[in-house]
Amino acid sequence: MLRFVVRRLLQLIPILFGLSILLFAWLRLLPGGPASALLGERSTPERVAAINHAYGLDQPVWVQYWRYLQRLVRLDFGQSIQNGRPVTEVITDQFPGTIELTMAALIFAVGVGVPLGYFAARRQGSAWDTVSVMGSLLGVTIPVFFLAFLLKYVFAVQLGWLPPSGRQDVRIDATHITNFYVLDGLLTRELDASWDAMQHLILPAIALGTIPLAIIVRITRASVLDVVNEDYVRTAEAKGLSTAVIRRRHVLRNAMLPVVTTIGLQLGLLLSGAILTETVFAFPGIGQATTGAIFNKDYALLQGIILMIAVLYVVINLVVDILYGVLDPRVRVR
Amino acid sequence: MTTATQVDAAVGVFTGEDVAAGRWSEAFKRLRRNPAAILGAVLVLLFVLVAVFAPLLAPHDPNDQLLLGEVRPGFIPGPREGFPLGADALGRDELSRVLYGSRQSLLVGVVSTLVGLVIGLLLGGMAGAFGGRVDNVLMRVTDLMLSVPGLLTAITISVILGQSLTSVMIAIAIVNVPIFARLLRGSMLAQRESDYVLAARSIGLRRRTIVLSHVVPNSLGPVIVQATLTLATSIIDAAALSFLGLGNPDDTRPEWGQMLSDAQNLLGTRAALAFYPCIAIVLAALGFTLLGEALREALDPKFRR
Amino acid sequence: MALLEVSDLSVTFLRRGRRDVHAVDGVSFAVDAGETLGLVGESGSGKSVTSLAVMGLLPSRGIRISGEVTFDGRSLLRLKDKDLRDLRGRDMAMVFQDPLSSLNPVVPIGTQVTEVLVRHRNMSGNDARREAARLLDLVGIPDPERRLKEYPHQLSGGMRQRALIAMAVACEPRLLIADEPTTALDVTIQAQILELLKGLVREQGTALMLITHDLGVVAGLCDQVNVMYSGRIVEQADRRTLFVLPRHPYTTGLLGSIPRLDSAEGAPLQPIPGSPTDTLPWPSACAFAPRCPRRLEVCTTVTPALEPDGPRWLRCHNPVPAEEAAAVGAEGRREVAG
Repeated sequence: MLRFVVRRLLQLIPILFGLSILLFAWLRLLPGGPASALLGERSTPERVAAINHAYGLDQPVWVQYWRYLQRLVRLDFGQSIQNGRPVTEVITDQFPGTIELTMAALIFAVGVGVPLGYFAARRQGSAWDTVSVMGSLLGVTIPVFFLAFLLKYVFAVQLGWLPPSGRQDVRIDATHITNFYVLDGLLTRELDASWDAMQHLILPAIALGTIPLAIIVRITRASVLDVVNEDYVRTAEAKGLSTAVIRRRHVLRNAMLPVVTTIGLQLGLLLSGAILTETVFAFPGIGQATTGAIFNKDYALLQGIILMIAVLYVVINLVVDILYGVLDPRVRVR
Repeated sequence: MTTATQVDAAVGVFTGEDVAAGRWSEAFKRLRRNPAAILGAVLVLLFVLVAVFAPLLAPHDPNDQLLLGEVRPGFIPGPREGFPLGADALGRDELSRVLYGSRQSLLVGVVSTLVGLVIGLLLGGMAGAFGGRVDNVLMRVTDLMLSVPGLLTAITISVILGQSLTSVMIAIAIVNVPIFARLLRGSMLAQRESDYVLAARSIGLRRRTIVLSHVVPNSLGPVIVQATLTLATSIIDAAALSFLGLGNPDDTRPEWGQMLSDAQNLLGTRAALAFYPCIAIVLAALGFTLLGEALREALDPKFRR
Repeated sequence: MALLEVSDLSVTFLRRGRRDVHAVDGVSFAVDAGETLGLVGESGSGKSVTSLAVMGLLPSRGIRISGEVTFDGRSLLRLKDKDLRDLRGRDMAMVFQDPLSSLNPVVPIGTQVTEVLVRHRNMSGNDARREAARLLDLVGIPDPERRLKEYPHQLSGGMRQRALIAMAVACEPRLLIADEPTTALDVTIQAQILELLKGLVREQGTALMLITHDLGVVAGLCDQVNVMYSGRIVEQADRRTLFVLPRHPYTTGLLGSIPRLDSAEGAPLQPIPGSPTDTLPWPSACAFAPRCPRRLEVCTTVTPALEPDGPRWLRCHNPVPAEEAAAVGAEGRREVAG
C-alpha cells in the first residue's frame, strides 16, 4: 500500500517539471516580451533594464530557467500590476473564497447526484429514471455561464431571494480569521455572518455544481446498473442478506469506483467553471482574479494563478488516485 | 454467466436470432429509432443551415444601429414590428445578430475540432502503432497537457496569441489534441491484444496493413462520437473565451460569447439580451451532444438502455 | 413428503415486441433429504432458470412464473420477500458457476463468509471470524486464518469455489443447489470439488440439486437424474437406469456422442445432428423433433407427455428400443459404480 502511494508521488515530479517549463516558455512568448509584460504600463526603459537584470534575461536560456525555477520554489511570482501587491499575497487572499465555493459545489454535486443516480438505476424504466437521464443530459450541455446568468436573474434579480453577488453583505461586520467566511462565522460565533456567507454561496455553488452533478448522476446510474447485474450481487441475494447490506457492501462499494475516478476530472471542471461563475456573480475569488488579470493584462498575476491551479489539479488527481487504490484492492498490485 | 446473459443466451437459443448483423447498419437502425438522436440531428441541421444562410434569414444588417434613437439609459427597445427580438444596447437588431453569431460559432467549432482531431489522431496513431519509446514520450506529453483543466489551457494560449478569432480556434484546437490522441492510442492498444490482430500477424500481414486496414477502421466509431461531443464543447469553450474578453474585440462580426459579455451589465435593463445568445449556444451544443451520445449508444455492442 | 417438491413449474420471459420465451415448461421433480438430484442439459435447456426459480432469484419484471414450488411444506413462489430472505442462506443455499465473478472483488473473503453467519446465526465479531476460519478449513482451504483477510483475486480458482461452498454451507442448509460447480475449473480440481460436495452431503444429510451438462459428473454423484431439453424434462430416472438403459433419443444421443476408450480406431464420432436452435413452433410439438433420428409424423404435431415407462418417466412418441438403448448404455463402462 505504501509502495503504491510512493510510486504515485514520484510520478508527480516530472509533471511539475514539465509545467514549470511550459510556464517559462509561456512567459517568454507573451506579447512585448516578459519584461514589459510583467511591468505593463509602468514600464520605462530603466525599469525594463532592471527587470532584465533581475530576471537574468540577458543570460543564456538555461540560466534563466534555473533562476525561474528558484523563484517558483520560493513562490515569488512578482507583483500584480493592478495594485503592486505581491502576487502570492493576492492569491492567498482570493483563494479561500474559491475553495469554499468549490467545496460547496462538490458537496452539492455528490450529495444530490449519487442518490439520484442510484434511484434512477433501481427504478430503471420508470418516469423518475427517464427524467433523471434527460435532466443529466441537459445538465452536461448547459454552459456554466448560462446557468449562472439564469440563476442570478431568476433568484436574485427578479425574486430577490438570494444575494446576486459578492461573498458577504457589507453591512455585516464580520471578523475574518481563516478567510473562509462560513468557517470564520462559526469560529467567532457570529452566526449571522456565517449564515450570510452561506447564502452568498448557494447560487454560485448550484451554477458551478450542476455540470458535475449531471455527470455524477449519469455515471452512478450506469455503474449501479452494471453492478446490479453482476454475479456477486446474485450471490449476496442467494445468501439471504438484507437489502440494506447488499446495497451498501455489494452494490455501492463497487458502483462508487467509477464515480471516484471522475471526481478528479470534475475538480478540473469546477476550477475552470469557477472562473466563469465568479465573474457572473462578482464573487471575489481566484476566478474573478483571473478575469481581472486577463482584462488588465496582469501577466504576473495570471502566471501565479495558472501555476497554482495546475499544481492543485495535479495534486488532487493524485489524491483521488490514491483514494481509488484504497477502495479497490485489485489496483494496488500494479 | 449472469442471469441477464443467461436470458440472452436462452433467448438466442429459442428464437435462433441472427446476431451477426453488420455493426454500422445496426447502429443506424438504432439511431433512427432514438428520439434523442433525431432531436439532436434536427438541431444540428438547423444550426448549420442558419449559419450558412444567415444573410438570407436575417431581417437586417447586424451592424445597422437602426433603433439607436430609441435607446435611453435604463431602457432598450423590446420586440416589435420588424424586430422580433428587439434591439441591443447600440440599437442593432438582436435577431440578426444572433443569427449571424452562428457563423462564428460554427466556424470555431468545426475548425478547432478538426484541427485537434487530425493532430490528435496522428499523434495517437503513432503512439499506438509504434509503441515503445514513441508511445512513452507521447504519453508524457499528453499527460502534461491534460494536467491542466481545458479552459485554463485555452486561456493561457489565447493570451499569448492575442485577441482574435484565430487565437481562440488555435487555443481550443490544442486543448482538443490530447483527447483524440489518447482515444486513438487507447483503442489501438486494446485491439493490439485482440485475437483478430494476432491472427492477422500470424498470417504475415505487414504492420502497416494491419494498422491502416483493420485497426484504424475499428477505432472510427469512438472517434466519430468524440468528434461530435468535442464540437459541442468547442462551441461552449469558444463562447466562454469570448465572454472573458479573449476573442475578437471587434463586434462587427457578432459572436455569441461576446454578446453575452456585453449583456452582463444589462441584466436590470433588458435581461433577455443575455438569454438570446445563451439559448443559441445551448441549442447548438445540445444538438451535437445528443447526437454524439446517441451515436455512442448505437455503436456500443453491449447496447443496453 | 419430499423436502423440495416442484410441480408443473413454468417460467416465461416476456419481451417487448417479440415472442415470449418459454425457458421452463411444466417441470416437475422432487428431492429428499440426503438425496442428490441431477439436472442435465445443454445451454438453453432451462436447467439454470429452474434452479433460480426455486431460489426466488429471478427478476420480478418481465417474467411470468406459474406452478408450485414447495420447500418443507411451504410454498416458495407465494412467499413474501422478507420470508424468502430468511430461508435463503440458512435453509436453502446455492453455489454458482463462475467463482471469480460470483465473489465481490473489493470485500475480503472473511467478510463474505461472516456476513452469512451474522445474518442467520446471529454471530458477531470474533465468534464469527473463528467460525469462518473453521468453515474455510472444512472445505479444504489451507491456512484459513490468513485467507480471511485476502481478496478474491488473490485466491486460485479452486480455492474460490471452495470459499463459495463454505459460504453456502455455513448454516448447514437443508437444500444445496450447485449450478455447474466445476465447469470453470481444471479437471483435477473438479474431482476434488465433487468429492467435497459428496462428503458434505453425506455428513450433513443435505439434499443436493446438481445442475450440469457433464454426464460424467452426474454419473459420479447423482441418485436421480432429470434430462432436460428446451425447457422440458424428457427423461427422468435413477442413475443406474438412465446410464444402462436410456430410452429417450436425446439421452441416447448424448451418451452415444461421448467418445469411448474401447471403440475401434478411426470410428467416427456420433454427434447429435443440428443445434438447439432448431426448434419447432411452441408448444404443439416435440422440441427435439428436428434433430431426432426417430422422428415420426406425430412428433411434429402433438406434444408428447411425460409418462411412466417402467423405472423411468419418458416424454417421447417413439422411444429407443431396449436393444439399441443397451448398446449405447453404460454396460461395460466403468464410470457407473454399483
